[in-house]
Amino acid sequence: MVEWTDSERAIINSIFSTLDYEEIGRKSLCRCLIVYPWTQRYFGAFGNLYNAETIMANPLIAAHGTKILHGLDRALKNMDDIKNTYAELSLLHSDKLHVDPDNFRLLADCLTVVIAAKMGTGFTVETQVAWQKFLSVVVSALGRQYH
Amino acid sequence: MSLTPKDKATVKLFWGKMSGKSELIGADALSRMLAVYPQTKIYFSHWKSCSPGSPEVKKHGKTIMMGIGEAVTKMDDLERGLLTLSELHAFKLRVDPTNFKLLSLNILVVMAIMFPLDFTPMAHLAVDKFLCALALALSEKYR
Repeated sequence: MVEWTDSERAIINSIFSTLDYEEIGRKSLCRCLIVYPWTQRYFGAFGNLYNAETIMANPLIAAHGTKILHGLDRALKNMDDIKNTYAELSLLHSDKLHVDPDNFRLLADCLTVVIAAKMGTGFTVETQVAWQKFLSVVVSALGRQYH
Repeated sequence: MSLTPKDKATVKLFWGKMSGKSELIGADALSRMLAVYPQTKIYFSHWKSCSPGSPEVKKHGKTIMMGIGEAVTKMDDLERGLLTLSELHAFKLRVDPTNFKLLSLNILVVMAIMFPLDFTPMAHLAVDKFLCALALALSEKYR
């Protein structure tokens, strides 16, 4: 089981409490699709992903970005048992969506860059350590049910 | 995933913006990597401290940025341009090449903090491609 210090909990909660889920979700997913274009393979039904501009203007992508952030919210609210909280989501990504689990790490890295840009110097080393620990637990839980 | 002329121009542009602060950037990126990925500290077990602000971290951050600066001037042939550095990493330092990705991510994080508006997804793409190409050239001599 993952152990969280009080400081880590406070940092993660603080980040989420000031987050605009729509803005950060959209920006993170768009960045992932642009920086790692092979991730577009999972979004064939999402309309026009022709170039960076169309990706950033695509409303289906924006909506999906928000959905992802709300998914992260579930991990936030169940920090002591992210593994089980995400069991079903993990199966979904494995059996139905067939997402290469390495892609979770790519999206997590894009999320980190977007949050860093948003928080600026507030994204201290301590904050980044807690944030990336949280994301690595999420990424691990999402890949847990692959078989 | 080779660098297009546009990628190279983007990298040079950001490098220009970063010069003058490159020591701070290097130290910040290195501090973050050491903290977020503690396993990377094994390469620095001879240091007194791996904490942010330590003199060793500051000095090494500067060294790293100088290496990257050299790579920026040799973007048209990174493999040849970074031969000596590659030999150093391959035969002397023997840094597991997976760690280049970890430092690269932290360089990107520092750039995002410094240039929240300019570090667009397209800029991120160009810099990430460059750092990947740099890592590849650096590991050229490994085997």
